[in-house]
Parts: sequence; C-alpha cells; structure tokens
Amino acid sequence: MSEWWSYRLEDFLLFAPRVYWRLIEAQNAALWPLHVASVGAGLAIVLLVARRPQNAMPWTGLVLAAVWAFVGWSFLLNRYAAINWAILYIAPAFFLQSALLAIAAVLPRGLTIDGRAAGGRTGLLVALAGLLLYPCLPLVSGHPWTSAEVFGIAPDPTAIVTLGLLLAARGPLLAVLLPIPLFWCLFSGLTLLAMDEVEAWLLLATAAFVPILVLVGRRRPQT
Amino acid sequence: MIITRRRLVEAAGLGAAAALLPTRMRAQATAPLTRVIPSSGERMPAVGLGTWITFNVGEDPALQAECTQVMAAFFAAGGRMIDSSPMYGSSQAVVGRGLERLGHPETLFAADKVWTSAPANGAVQIEQSRRLWGVKSFDLLQVHNLLTWEAHLDTLFAMKAAGRLRYVGITTSEGRRHDLLEQIMRGHPLDFVQLTYNPVDREPEQRLLPLAAERGIAVIVNRPFRQGELTERLDGEPLPGWAGEIGATSWAELILKFILSHPAVTVAIPATTRVDHVRENVAAAGGDLPDRSMAERIAAHIGAL
Ligand SMILES: NC(=O)c1ccc[n+]([C@@H]2O[C@H](COP(=O)([O-])OP(=O)(O)OC[C@H]3O[C@@H](n4cnc5c(N)ncnc54)[C@H](OP(=O)(O)O)[C@@H]3O)[C@@H](O)[C@H]2O)c1
Repeated sequence: MSEWWSYRLEDFLLFAPRVYWRLIEAQNAALWPLHVASVGAGLAIVLLVARRPQNAMPWTGLVLAAVWAFVGWSFLLNRYAAINWAILYIAPAFFLQSALLAIAAVLPRGLTIDGRAAGGRTGLLVALAGLLLYPCLPLVSGHPWTSAEVFGIAPDPTAIVTLGLLLAARGPLLAVLLPIPLFWCLFSGLTLLAMDEVEAWLLLATAAFVPILVLVGRRRPQT
Repeated sequence: MIITRRRLVEAAGLGAAAALLPTRMRAQATAPLTRVIPSSGERMPAVGLGTWITFNVGEDPALQAECTQVMAAFFAAGGRMIDSSPMYGSSQAVVGRGLERLGHPETLFAADKVWTSAPANGAVQIEQSRRLWGVKSFDLLQVHNLLTWEAHLDTLFAMKAAGRLRYVGITTSEGRRHDLLEQIMRGHPLDFVQLTYNPVDREPEQRLLPLAAERGIAVIVNRPFRQGELTERLDGEPLPGWAGEIGATSWAELILKFILSHPAVTVAIPATTRVDHVRENVAAAGGDLPDRSMAERIAAHIGAL
C-alpha cells in the first residue's frame, strides 16, 4: 500500500458503530433464549475444569468446537460479512478453530485441562469474566442491553472464554489452539478501537496478556 | 420519464409525511446549480451523494429504509450523481435496493469504481457491481485510489469505446499521490477525476484544479466535510453573520459553497444518513456562490476555528 503512513486506524473502518451494534442486537433477537444454553454450557465446563479436570475432556473441546463453528456461521458469515468484506477471509479461521478443538477433544493426550494447574486459576477467572461480566459491559459502555455480547452468540466473549480455558490447558495441541482466538482479539480489539469503544481495551489486553501468561505458566513446574 | 417528487416520497414509504416536505425543496427540484461535464457538454447538478460508511448498513431493514429515504430526498431535490465502490461493503447493494424501491429514477447518474489489484478481475468486478446496483450500465466508472490504474484504465476506455460506459475517471483522497494523479491527468483522456478538496484541504488549488480546467476534466470532490470531522468540529460554533450574504444557513452549506465556488469543480459528493442533511447539502448548490475573496474569508475563518 502506498503512503501507508498517511492512513489512520479509522481509515480501515468500513461501517458506522451504530450499524455494528445493531448487528449484535439483531443476532441477540434472532437467537434468544439460546444465550441461556450457551452460557450454561460455558459455566458447566468451567465447573468441570475446576472440580473434575479428569473429565474436562472431551466436553470442553466439544462445547468450544460447537460454539466456534456456530458463531462463525451465524454471526460472521450471516451478518458481519455483509458490512465488512474482510470477514469473508476471516470466517474460515473460525471453522478451522472449531475443527482443531474437535480434534483436541478426541485425541488422547492432545490437550489436558486442569483448573488446579499453574495458570489454571487465572484462566478460569478469565473464562468466568468472559461468561458473566462481558455481557454486563453495556453498564459501562452505555449501549442498550439488547446489544449485550454473550459467549456462544457473539465472537468477542467466545474468544475470551476460549483463551481463559486454554490458559488452564497443557499438551502438544495448545500451540495450534491459541493463535486464532488471539488473532480475533487483536482484530476485533483494533476494530472497536477505531470505533472508539471501551470493549477494545479488554480485547487488546487479552491479546497482550494471554501469551505472556502462557509463557510464564510453562516455566513453572507443573504440580 | 422524470421521476416525480410524489412518487419518490411514496416509494420511500414516507406516505403522509409528503405534505410536510418543505416548499424550499420543491424550489430546489426545479433549479439546482448545474455544472458542465467538459468532455460531453452534459449538465450535472453540482451536489451529488456519497455512500462510504453511511450506506454500508448490510441487511438491516430499518437502516436500508433510511438510506432509501435519503436517496428519495436527494432525487426529489434535483440531485443526480450517486458515488459508490466495491470497497464500501454493502453500500452498492443498498443503493441498488433503494433504486428499485424508488422505481429506478431516470435522472440517476451512476458513478462507481473498480477496485482490485488483479488486472484480469476488473471486468468481473464491474459486472458484479452493475448487478448490485441493478442498472443497465454505469454512467461513470473510476479507478479507485489509483489501484492497478494502467490496466483498469485500459479496461474502462475499451468499455467506453464499445458504448458500454459513458465516462472514465480516476480517484484519490486526502491528498494522496497527487504527483502520480497529475501525470495520469496529463497523459490520458480522462473525463473525470475525483479528489479531496474543502476549506482546510486546499492543495488541489495549486496544480490539480487548474490542470483539470485546462485539460477539460470534470472534478468530483470527495470528503467535503472530512468524513464529518469538519462539521462536528464546527457544530456549536456560531455561523458568521456574513454567511447570510451568500445565503448559507449552516456550516455544511458554507463549506459546500466554498467548494463549488472553484470554477474547476463539477460536483461535490457529501455522504449522509439523514434526510434533512441531504436536503441541506443539495440546497447549498442553490442561490449565490462566494466570489474569490469571500471564499478566502470562509477558508480563513474555518481554518482558525
Ligand atoms: N478514494 C475515493 O475514491 C474516495 C475517498 C473518500 C470518499 N469518497 C467518496 O466521497 C464521499 C464523501 O466523502 P466521505 O463520506 O468520506 O465524507 P464527507 O461527505 O465529508 O462526510 C460525511 C459525514 O458528514 C456528515 N454530514 C453530511 N451532511 C451533513 C450536513 N448537512 N450537516 C452536518 N453533517 C453532515 C455525515 O453525517 P450524517 O450522516 O449525520 O449526516 C457523515 O458522517 C464518500 O461517501 C465516497 O462516495 C471517495
């Protein structure tokens, strides 16, 4: 791109913020009360990972695989792509993430998740925040409640909850499961930053701190 | 057939609101300022309608209806040129749906762009754009942001020679690559050039606007309000008393009158989501325009705020 230094972040924003929030509203309206089921499933796997880590797989992998495919199809392809052509190129990554999570669910020792392991507590807190606090952001952002973003329905909390659970995970597949949710947090964080929305900072902080926490967790001996 | 105001209003679903439309608009419909396209002699109302961001509303029915109402008010006020691009998300489709609802106003001047780095994709993209607009052919096609400009200009000139396109143009914005633009304007028989010009972005006055006039190239002005930054900044500031001397009743009108006061400018294409704003914008092309000294006064005043 020529004269790239003359471009600002806002120059890449193709749509007005109100159009984006109305997309989320439309998604919520079309899917309610599926939110109860998706948050319920999310809480169930957090509980499993915390209390019975030996049974955490395959359920964690399967639930996450299902929501990544569902959000990729129902939100990214069916709604978001209409106002942002870049999403057409990004949506396949959601399906890839879903496939990888499904593989992790069934592959023995591909991934183990333990809330009691190093980094596990922090991970579970991140996941719980994604499940319960993220939908409450309208309280600070001033957006209507009807545009609350919920795990399994909207992509941002889905990525945050996934990264939280992955913080509690170990195994050879971890390295391939992290990049897509991290990339999404960065992409969506920058988009929301261009829109001047507070949510941007949560996503960018997640994209910045999760890799650091993963690296720190690796150094510590596993208990 | 020239589409009537009543038909437009009904088609936009405004129904009884028709009675509330100001009489000023009716006056506009009869006498918007027009400028001549040098390469053909065709006259063109001097305020058009942009679609970047404002018309990218996807499948949202309420926002689509809002866009249709903006288009209805635009045509009813005598506007003709609508500008879009395959880069603008769903904007082309939203324009297309609006045109369909309005019964395809014959006064439409359809201006779109080709925007792809692959030379061979140009023709396919143009055909896709045409389908989205739902028009038989485009009046004007422009190479967007000079991307792959040599190959796309070849395609566009070939379409024009074959009678499938009326005008060929090229665009840039925010002052980017003006040197290359100047070269292209000198070396190719362009009908239109599109660039950014307003009271605070005045660089085109140096070379590009005089060159356009000299070579008989029509000029479309984009980002008249710096994508709303200018109108937002001025919002709340009192309009100077002397604005009334040229009939400007708002900052938007004053800015557009400044732009149109340059004799090389053919059309300014502000974008908006609001019916009152589109009316105000088209109205800026009515009444008096500032002379050179008044234009300088406008630029100095706005620049100082
Ligand atoms: N490289 C290129 O080819 C290129 C680059 C840039 C732009 N363009 C074209 O040029 C068009 C215009 O540029 P733009 O859309 O970037 O910016 P613009 O027209 O300078 O500004 C649009 C903004 O101005 C506000 N506005 C419009 N009329 C107003 C009024 N009467 N009073 C107060 N505010 C008003 C609108 O808000 P409301 O919705 O609230 O009215 C909108 O947010 C584009 O839509 C596009 O078609 C082409």
